[in-house]
Amino acid sequence: MAALIPGILQILLVFAALAISYRPLGDYMARVFTTTSHWRAERAIYRLGGINPDAEQGWRSYLRSLLWFTLVSLLLLYLIVRTQAFLPFSGGHTGLTPDQAWNTAVSFVTNTNWQSYSGEAAVGVTVQAVGLAVQNFLSAAVGLAVAVALFRGLARTGTAQLGNFWTDLVRGSVRILLPLSTVFAIVLLAGGVIQNLADPVTVHTLGGAVQHIPGGTVASQEAIKNLGTNGGGYFNANAAHPFENPSAWTNLLQVYLMLLIPVALTRTFGVMIGSKKHGYAILSAMGILYIGSLVGVVASELVNASGALHAAGAALEGKELRFGVIGSDLFAVSTTMTSTGATDAAHSSFTPLGGGLLVLNMVLGEISPGGVGSGMYGMLMIAILSVFIAGLMVGRTPEYLGKKIGPSQMKLASLAILVMPATVLIGTAIAFSLPSVRASLSTTGPHGLTELLYAFVSAANNNGSAFAGLSANTPVLNVMLGLVMLIGRFLPIILVLALASSFAEQRRVPDTAGTLPTHRPLFIGVMAGVALLVSALTFLPALALGPIAEALG
Amino acid sequence: MSASSSLRSFGTALRTLLVLTVILGILYPAAILLVGRAMPAAADGSLISDHGTVVGSSLIGQDFTGDTWFHPRPSAGKYDALNSGASNLAPTSTDLAKQISDLRAQVAKTENVDPAAVPADALTASASGLDPDISPEYARLQSARVAAARHLPEETVARLVRKHTEQPLLGFIGTPTVNVLELNLALEHAAGNEG
Repeated sequence: MAALIPGILQILLVFAALAISYRPLGDYMARVFTTTSHWRAERAIYRLGGINPDAEQGWRSYLRSLLWFTLVSLLLLYLIVRTQAFLPFSGGHTGLTPDQAWNTAVSFVTNTNWQSYSGEAAVGVTVQAVGLAVQNFLSAAVGLAVAVALFRGLARTGTAQLGNFWTDLVRGSVRILLPLSTVFAIVLLAGGVIQNLADPVTVHTLGGAVQHIPGGTVASQEAIKNLGTNGGGYFNANAAHPFENPSAWTNLLQVYLMLLIPVALTRTFGVMIGSKKHGYAILSAMGILYIGSLVGVVASELVNASGALHAAGAALEGKELRFGVIGSDLFAVSTTMTSTGATDAAHSSFTPLGGGLLVLNMVLGEISPGGVGSGMYGMLMIAILSVFIAGLMVGRTPEYLGKKIGPSQMKLASLAILVMPATVLIGTAIAFSLPSVRASLSTTGPHGLTELLYAFVSAANNNGSAFAGLSANTPVLNVMLGLVMLIGRFLPIILVLALASSFAEQRRVPDTAGTLPTHRPLFIGVMAGVALLVSALTFLPALALGPIAEALG
Repeated sequence: MSASSSLRSFGTALRTLLVLTVILGILYPAAILLVGRAMPAAADGSLISDHGTVVGSSLIGQDFTGDTWFHPRPSAGKYDALNSGASNLAPTSTDLAKQISDLRAQVAKTENVDPAAVPADALTASASGLDPDISPEYARLQSARVAAARHLPEETVARLVRKHTEQPLLGFIGTPTVNVLELNLALEHAAGNEG
C-alpha cells in the first residue's frame, strides 16, 4: 500500500495539468474552427488542393468530401505498405501481405491503430513516418471535423450548412495537431525518446551477448500517436518500450497527451454553442465514468492480487518497473477510455477484474473522454438519449440546447449508439463460429472468449489496443477486423452528420419553465447512468461469459 | 453524382492528401530529426560506451547470467531488442503461477535467501521484455553473491547499489529503480580498481 500515496499524487498531477490547459486550448480550438481568416500556409494548401475554403457545405457534401478523402487515404496507405520493399529507408523490410496491408491501412485511417504487424519486425522509417504517422494526424483531424460540424449544427438555426470539410481538416492538422506535436515531440526527445534514421546498432554486451539496438523516427510519432488518440506503437511493445516511453515522467506526459484534446474539446463545445455550462456538464459526465473506472482498476490491481500475481507478491507481470503498478493502471484506463489503444503494460496480464474493467471502458463507446472528436460526438449521442429518457419520465417534450429531439433525431442518435454493440456482438459471434479463428486463441474457456471479444470491441471502437494472446495476423481476422473498424468508424459519422444537419435546420425553441435543464448535476448523473445502462444491457451477457466468469472462477 | 464531379472530388482529395503528407510525413519528422542533432545522446538511444566501445543503451535492458553480475528481471523476449513484448500470460494461468513459484525457489537458492524475501520484480516478466531496471530490494538481495564472486568487500558492492538507486522524481513520480547495466558497468570498474 506504500505505493498508493505517490500513485494518487501522480494522478492528481495529470488532472491539474489538464485543468490548466482546459480553457486556453478549448478557447483556441473554438477560434480555429470559427475564424474567417486563413493563414498564408493554409492558402497555399487550398490552392494546391483546388479547394475553396470559404464555401459552406451541407451535410451530404461535407460527408462526400470526408469519404473521398478517406478512400484516397486508404488507397495511398495500402500502396505504401504493399510496396515497402521499393521505398527508401525501409531497412530491408518487405511489403505486407494483401490482407495485412488492408487491415493496417483501414486501421490507421479509422484512427484505430490496431496492429496485426509487429513494429520493429515488419516496417521501416518510411512506412512509419510517411504512411502511418500521417494518418495519425489526419484521422484525428477528421474526428475533430465531425465533432465541430455537430457543434455547428447545434449552434446554428435555419440553415443546412455545416461548414467546410477541407477547411476543418486543414486547420485541425496545421493549427492544432502539428504545433502541439512539435512541442511535445521535442519534450519527449529530451526525455530519451529516440529520433534517428540509423539502422539497428550492433553491440557486444557486458555479459558477452550480442544485442541489436533499433533506431527510428520515434519521438515525432510518439507525440501525435498520443495527441491524436491513435495508439499505434513504433515498436511491438508500444509505450512499454523504453525507446517510446523511457521514464515515469514521460509516462505521465503521454497520459496527459491522450486526454488533452478530448477534454479541452468540451470547452470548445461550450464556447461554440454559447453555453459553457453545457461543456462543463459533458466533461463532468465523462469525469464520473473515468474516475469510477480508474478507482476500480487501481483497487483490483493493488488488492485483488489473485492466482499467479499472488504468487509473485504484486501485479508486476507485464508491467515496467519504472512506471509502477499505479502508473501502468493510469495509462491503461486512459488508453481505453480515450480511443488511443497504446499500451504501457500487458493488458492480458491485468487482474481479471482490472482487465474486465478495461474492456468495459471500451464498450462504454469511448466517450469518457473518448477519441479526438469521436468521444465528443459519442457523448453528445448519449446526452440526446438521456434527454429523451428523462423527458419520457417527466412527461416533457425532449429538447437539447433549444433543439427539439423528434422521432427522426431519436432514430439517428439511437442508430449511432447501436452501431458499435451490434458490430461487436455479431462480429464476435461470426468469428467464433469459424474453426480457423478458434485456432487463433491462446487458450480456451473464459480467457479465450475475452481475447476475441476484446479484439472486436477494440476494432469497432477504433481503440486498437490488444488483449494479446490472440494470434490476430490471419487472413480471416485481418479482413474481418478491417471491416469492423470501417463500420465502427464511418456509420456513426454518417449518422452524426445527418443529425447535425437536422439540428441546423431547426429554429431554436425558447427556454420555458417547462424546459428540462441539461447542465445540472442531476442531468450529469443521468448521462453517466444512461451510458452505463446502454453498455450493460448490450454487453452483460458477453462479459458474463468472459471476464466475469474468469474473475469468479 | 456525375462522373466528372466524382473525378473532381477524387482529384481534390488526392492533391490535398499529398500536400499534407509532405508537411506531416516528411517536413515534421525531418524537423524533429534536426532538433535531435542538438541532443544526439538522447536522439540516438542513450548509448553507453566503455573504453570507446558501445556496450549498450542505458534504456534497454540486457541479459546477465552467472554469479559475477547483477541479474535483470525475467524477459519474455530474452532481451532481444528487436523483439520487444510481454509474456501476455493471464493471472489465472496455472503455467504462470508455476513459473513464478519455480523461479522464486530458484532465485532464493541462487542468492541463498529465504524464498519469501524475493521481491516481485525478480519473478515477473516486464511489458517490453527490455526493462532496464530492477528494484533496490532485488539489487540488495544480489549484493552478497556478487561481492563473493568478485572477491570484493560486500560494503563496496552495497555502496555501488546505493549510488545507482534512482529515487522517484519529486519523490512521487515513478518507483525507486536500479539500472542493471549501469550498475554492472560500475562493478566492472570497481573490480578493475581493486584488482
